[in-house]
Amino acid sequence: MSEPLLAVADLRVGFATEGGRLQAVDGVGFELRPGEVLAIVGESGSGKSVTAQTIMGLTRSANTTIEGSVRLHGSELVDAGEEELRRVRGEQIGMVFQDPMTSLNPVYRVGSQIAEAIRAHRPGLSRQETRELAIELLDSVGIPTASRRVDDYPHEFSGGMRQRAMIAMALALEPEVLIADEPTTALDVTIQAQILRLLADLNRTRNLATILITHDLGVVAEVADRVMVMYAGRVVEEGNLDEIFYDPRHPYTWGLLGSLSRIDRPRPRRLPQISGAPPSLIDLPQGCPFRPRCPHEFAKCTELPPLEARVPEAPHHCDRCWLDPGQKREKRQVQGRIGLEAPA
Amino acid sequence: MARFAVRRLAGMVLVLFAVSVLVFAIFNLIPNSDPAQRLAGKNAEPILVKSIEEDWGFDEPLPVQYWETMKKIFSGELISYGDQLNVDERILEGIPISFSLCIGAAVIWLLFGLLFGYLSATRAGTWVDRVLTVGSVAGISIPVFLIATVFLYFLTYEIELFPASGYEPLTEDPIQWAYHLILPWFTLALLNIGVYSRVLRSSMLDVMNEDYVRTARAKGLSERRVMTRHVLRNSLIPITTLFGLDFGATLFGGAIITEYLFSLGGVGQYAADSVTNLDLPPLMAITLFGAFFVVFFNAIADLVYAYLDPRIRLGESAQ
Repeated sequence: MSEPLLAVADLRVGFATEGGRLQAVDGVGFELRPGEVLAIVGESGSGKSVTAQTIMGLTRSANTTIEGSVRLHGSELVDAGEEELRRVRGEQIGMVFQDPMTSLNPVYRVGSQIAEAIRAHRPGLSRQETRELAIELLDSVGIPTASRRVDDYPHEFSGGMRQRAMIAMALALEPEVLIADEPTTALDVTIQAQILRLLADLNRTRNLATILITHDLGVVAEVADRVMVMYAGRVVEEGNLDEIFYDPRHPYTWGLLGSLSRIDRPRPRRLPQISGAPPSLIDLPQGCPFRPRCPHEFAKCTELPPLEARVPEAPHHCDRCWLDPGQKREKRQVQGRIGLEAPA
Repeated sequence: MARFAVRRLAGMVLVLFAVSVLVFAIFNLIPNSDPAQRLAGKNAEPILVKSIEEDWGFDEPLPVQYWETMKKIFSGELISYGDQLNVDERILEGIPISFSLCIGAAVIWLLFGLLFGYLSATRAGTWVDRVLTVGSVAGISIPVFLIATVFLYFLTYEIELFPASGYEPLTEDPIQWAYHLILPWFTLALLNIGVYSRVLRSSMLDVMNEDYVRTARAKGLSERRVMTRHVLRNSLIPITTLFGLDFGATLFGGAIITEYLFSLGGVGQYAADSVTNLDLPPLMAITLFGAFFVVFFNAIADLVYAYLDPRIRLGESAQ
């Protein structure tokens, strides 16, 4: 196996709030190799976006405590200086955000915003050269008549085009890692598919290591190699795509899979949901954080389960659940498919 | 653009009409404001008052008087009741003075207001921010007449650093011009330095949370560039509107007290004198003049606004 490009270990991000310290990310770790697509899945507030933004140092502030390690090509980013981080941003790691409507500055032309990213790292290039590059980039992400659209303002672009422009901007300096934070959430379903296809193509043609953050398992199924499921700031299950979809080991993952609407199955009367709400990160329940919402809770759950491989045949499929792996096969069957039964 | 100009022009005519009617009506409702009586003197014979009324047209119905006054303003024939001099000429004399005062003050308040606002936003929560916040609130809270009095007492009377009053034309001696205006400039600017630094601070703190600022950082821009090109630039949009309103209003409103206290002899001082003497013609002319500039600078602000924010297109309905 090749050396990991990006190695995150025991990452913890805490925010000081008026209500107390909020542990948004608690001990997250993973490795990413060239050409690999890692999906991070979870509800709002599970810490997936904070994890992604912390990799690039975007969560740094006086109220933030960041511990653990983020290594890119072996060099540590968590305690790197601002100037070193600045060179990593855009140059080595590109990032695409959730809402393309608000992620572009409304007062500058799309092309000049892309050119700005290039000039920040290649100060020697002339305006004309960066403009040519911006046109090429817009063309490469499928913007028609890019040489004309380069001078448009963001509000003259549709949502899908803006997200394409964001991707062009993130890739302007040919980074090795692309972090896409819910890149399709704000888009129409038809546009979602196009953007996913674009990301998958880029991943293949450029051997781009990609972190895809989403709450949509449908998106994951289309592009991911590995999946990491997060809940309340922790990884509750990780494995490759097939392991997560066909042999999920954590009740929270069952719930996520169960609430997918699928056109290849008879439609249930009502789409199942995971009852209850995610816990407050300031005041987590003792033991397993999913315990209050889990119908399979038993005595041992007041103790926090470690993230580990519980079946010897699958050494890279880890989860945080005390249930016996043999029992899980039955417990996750709800009306003939994987799901989380409603609590009694 | 043409539609914008036409609409603004029509708006201006309406505003000027409304303002002039209002001033005329208020003046005629003030007790003791009978101009004939005042022109004739305290113990004048009724026959004299009567003849003045006829000479000046005070016996005509009010709408006719209004119409005559307006005609005279625009033909430059309006005569003051008080010193019986031509009103328009006196205003034209005062304009360079008032503009010198207000433009200088505006430059100072923009410069310091934006600088302090930028510093306190980029250092929010630090001692720099706290000191500037206290300073701004103090600047906003101290009334102009108090500042002027304090300046005059300490800087002109006690240590004789600056002249106490008077105006030197810019064309004759630029150094004396600035020297005579420094105190009035700061007196007039102090309030707005506070207001503008507060407004810019909160505007910048809002913009800092925008997604596109995060995008700018994620591109690898330096913090300074993120702050100036993305945060400050977008935060200036609300400042433009504010400035458009303030500049016009200061020119013929806020400057009155300052001009009066420093005896500058501009339009503001003329206004102050005319109010004291219940002198209608200059008041009518000055009010119209002021209203014209308020509307005019507002239109300019809208032009700048449209330049700063490409989503705004002048003269088109919102999409």
